[in-house]
Amino acid sequence: MVVKIALPKGRLLRKTAAILQKAGWGLDEYHSSMGFYRPRSQKFPDVLLRVFHEKDIPIQIAMGNYDLGICCLDWIEELLAKYPSSDLVKVSDLRYGEGALFVAAVSVPGDLRQNGAPVRIASEYPNLAEAFALRKRMSRFSVFPVWGAAEAYPPENADMALLSAKAAADLADCGLVPVSKVLDFNAFLIANRSSWETRNIDGIIASICGTLPDVEKKSSVKEEPGRAEIYTRKRTGKTAADTVRLALPDGHQQQPTVSLLNRAGIKLDDYPSETGNRRPKINIDGVTVKVIRPQDMPLQVANGNFDLAVTGRDWLTEHLDQFPSSPVKEFLDLKSSKVRIVAVVSQELTVDDSGGLRQLIAAREEPFRVASEYVNIADKYARDNHLGQYRVIPTWGATEAFLPEDADLLIENTETGRTIARHNLKIIDTLFVSTGCLIGSTNAISDVKGKRIETIVQKLRVAIEDK
Amino acid sequence: MKIQRCKGMRDLSPAEMKVFRLVEGICRDACSRWGYQEVRTPTIEYLHLFTSAGTLTPGMLGKVYSFLDWDGWSGERVVLRPDGTIPVARLYTENNEDGGLARLFYAANTFAFEESAEKTRERWQCGVELIGAGSAVADTELITLSLEVLKKLGLKGVELRLSHAGLIKALLEKLGLSPDEQHRMFDRILDGDAGVLTEVSRESPEVGNTLRPFLSLKGQSTEFLRDQKDVLARSMPEISLALDDFLRTVAVLDELGVKYRVNIASGTGFEYYTGIIFQFFISKEKVGGGGRYDALIPSMGGGDVPASGFALYIDRLMDLVKPEVFVKTVPERVLIRVKSGGAVKDAFELADSLRSTGYIAELDLDGNKTDLKLVIEVRDQSPVFTLVDLSTKKKFKMSTIDEVLKRLEGEDGG
Repeated sequence: MVVKIALPKGRLLRKTAAILQKAGWGLDEYHSSMGFYRPRSQKFPDVLLRVFHEKDIPIQIAMGNYDLGICCLDWIEELLAKYPSSDLVKVSDLRYGEGALFVAAVSVPGDLRQNGAPVRIASEYPNLAEAFALRKRMSRFSVFPVWGAAEAYPPENADMALLSAKAAADLADCGLVPVSKVLDFNAFLIANRSSWETRNIDGIIASICGTLPDVEKKSSVKEEPGRAEIYTRKRTGKTAADTVRLALPDGHQQQPTVSLLNRAGIKLDDYPSETGNRRPKINIDGVTVKVIRPQDMPLQVANGNFDLAVTGRDWLTEHLDQFPSSPVKEFLDLKSSKVRIVAVVSQELTVDDSGGLRQLIAAREEPFRVASEYVNIADKYARDNHLGQYRVIPTWGATEAFLPEDADLLIENTETGRTIARHNLKIIDTLFVSTGCLIGSTNAISDVKGKRIETIVQKLRVAIEDK
Repeated sequence: MKIQRCKGMRDLSPAEMKVFRLVEGICRDACSRWGYQEVRTPTIEYLHLFTSAGTLTPGMLGKVYSFLDWDGWSGERVVLRPDGTIPVARLYTENNEDGGLARLFYAANTFAFEESAEKTRERWQCGVELIGAGSAVADTELITLSLEVLKKLGLKGVELRLSHAGLIKALLEKLGLSPDEQHRMFDRILDGDAGVLTEVSRESPEVGNTLRPFLSLKGQSTEFLRDQKDVLARSMPEISLALDDFLRTVAVLDELGVKYRVNIASGTGFEYYTGIIFQFFISKEKVGGGGRYDALIPSMGGGDVPASGFALYIDRLMDLVKPEVFVKTVPERVLIRVKSGGAVKDAFELADSLRSTGYIAELDLDGNKTDLKLVIEVRDQSPVFTLVDLSTKKKFKMSTIDEVLKRLEGEDGG
C-alpha cells in the first residue's frame, strides 16, 4: 500500500511548498494553486499526494484515508473538541503559519454566566465555540456555525465571534476587542494513529522535520485580552423594528447581484467593496445592508437576524433539509447563476443510477462514503435512496479530488459538467436545479416592514422580467 | 454486511431483564411504601437546563450527547438526559407553582460519552427526590430508604460514607482560594478527586494546620467533629454553620443506629449539592449516592424550595444481586401442540383458559423437542386433548377444557 499524504491549499500553500522544496521533494504542480490536486514528488515517487482545503485534512487523517497531513492546529483542535478519541497524532510543530483564535466582541461583556437570553456566538469553529461556552459555564448559548465573515456578525447578529487572527490588534480593524484568547496555533505535521504505529513513514517524517530551524520558538508575550477597549465600530442602537435588514452575498455572487440591483434601480455605495467593507449603504430608506456568505444566509433569516437575503436555492435546500420546519422560504427566483446539483461517481464504476448504487453497496463490506459541501442534502439523498450503511464526509470545496480514493459518491454543483468530466467522473443523477434566489421569513412582521419588503421584491421582479 | 449495535451501548438479554425487573421492582415497591410516586421525564431536554449555573460539573458537561434538533436553527442544542435529578426538579418547578412537598421517584436511563468501550454510555438508575423538605429528618428518610432497598435486594456489606458539600465549600473558602479556584477545586472533588483538599491545604500552612483533621483522607469520627464545633464557632463561624447542619443529620442517624463513615474530603457527586452528601459502597464499588441540593429549584425559578435525593445504579446492582435468593412462585409453563389442522381454534381457546387460570401457555410453532414438562396435544377428533407429563411420562386423554384444568391441578399437587 502506498503512503498517502494530504497537503494544504490556500494560506499555508506557499510556506509548505517552500519547506518541501528545501527537503528536496522535487514537487511538480504544488506551487501552482488552482485546479491541480495531485502533485508528484521526485524524492518519494511512490508517495501519493493530494491537495485539500486545510479544514478537510484532520478529518481525512482521522478517518484513515491519509497517513500524513499538514494543517494548522486550529482545525485539528476543532475536530478534537467534538471527537476527542479521533485517531490522530500530532507528530511535529512545523513553526510556520502562526495565528491565534480569539473570542471577540464589540465590547468586553460582564459576567458570561448570566442567565437570560442566550449568548450568540458566530464561528467557523462551532465545536470550539461550544467548548468555550461550556468552559465559561455560560448558562444559555447559541452557536451559529458560519462559512466565513464571522467578524461581520457582532453586535447585531451575534454577541461574539470566535475567529482567527494574527494578533489581538488585528481584531481592532474589524471593530472588535478580544474577550478571550482560545488558542495559539502553528502548522503541524499530523498522522493517522494506526499509520503512525504500524507503517514505515519515518523517512518521510524525518525529511520534513529535518528542515525545521533548531531554535526554540520564542516565547510569545501573553496578551491581556480585553485591555484595549477601542470602539471603532459604532454601537448602533437597536435597529428600528420597521427597518428591513437585507443580506447580500460576498464572493462570486457579487457581480450578478450588482447587475440585478442596478436593473432594479437599487443603488449601493461600496459594493463590491475593495476594502472589505461589509456594511454598504443603500439608496432606499428604512433598509440596511450587510455582506455575508451566501451559505450562512438561510440560518440567519430563520433566526430573524435578516429579513431578506440573496443566496442560492442550493443553500436554502441545504438549510431546509437540516431544519424542515424552518420559517425560511424562497420569495423570488432571481434566475441567475444557474447550476445543477448532481450525484457524481468515478467513471471506473459501472453504475448509472441510484438503483445501481444500491446494488453496489449491498455487495460490499466497507461503509459507503458520500462527500459533499452540502452535508444535509447529501445525507437526505443517501437516506431517501436507501444507501444502507453510509457516511457523509463534510468538505470545504475542491470536492472532485475526493474521488475515487477518498469517497465513493459526491453531491456537487456543476454549471457545464466540464470540471466533472476533466476529473474522470460522471453524473448519475440530478437532484435539482439551483439559481440565485431572494429568501425571507414567513414569520409575522409589522405592516410598514411588510410594505417595504414588498416594494423591494416588486422592483426585483420587474428587473428579472425585463431582462 | 453485519449489523452491530452502537459502540458503548448495551443489550439486555431475557435473563438480564429478569434481574433488571427484579431490582427495579424492589426499588419501586419500597419507594411506594414510603409514599413516593413514580414520574417519567423525556429522554431529550434542552442543553441549557444542565448548563445553568451550578448544575453539572465541567467533567460531566464534556460528556453530554448534544445535538441540534430538527427545529434547532436558533443554534440552541438539546441533549440526551445526562442526569436524572435535574429533569425531575424541572418537572416539579413546571407543575408545582406554589411549592409544597413532593415525594417522587423514577427508573430512567442517563447518557454520558465514555471513551473506553468497557464502560457503558447508557446507564440505568432508580432515583428518588424529596422536594420541599429541608430537615435532618428528611435527609435521614432518604438514607434509610436507600439502605432498606439495598437490604431488600439481599446485599451484604453495604458501607455508607458521609460528606457535606457546604462544609467542603466553606473549607475551600477558608483556604484562601480565589472564587474561580474554589469553584474549580469543588468540581474536582465532585468528579472524584479526593486528594484536592489535602493538596490545597499545603499551600496555606497556617489555616491548613487548623483544618488538617478535616482534610485527611482517613476519615473523621463524629466525636472529633462535635469537639471541633465549639472551637470553630468562635474562629470560623462559616465552617461552624455547615458543620452544625451536618451534625444534626448525623445525630438522627445515630439515634436510629445507622452505621456510617465520615470523610469530608471525598464527596463525589453533583455540582448542585449544597448540604449532606451520602454514598453507598459494596466492596469498594459505588452502587449509589445522593445529597441535598437546596439551591437547584431556586436557580430554575421555582421559588425557595429545599430538596434532596439519591440514585441507585441499577446496572451495578444487577451484577451484585443473586436472583436465585428470590424464590418467587413462578407460574407453570405449558406447551400446546396442534396435532391436526382443524384443532387450531380449540388450541387457542385452551391457551386462553390456561392463561386466565394462571399458567403460562405457549403454542408450539416449530415442532421441536421441548424442555417444558407439560405438553397438551390438541386434535380435531375425540378425545380432543391429550396431556403429556414428560417428567413422569404419563398421558391423560380428555375431551373438555374443564377436564384439562382439573387434571393439571391434580398434576401440580403431585
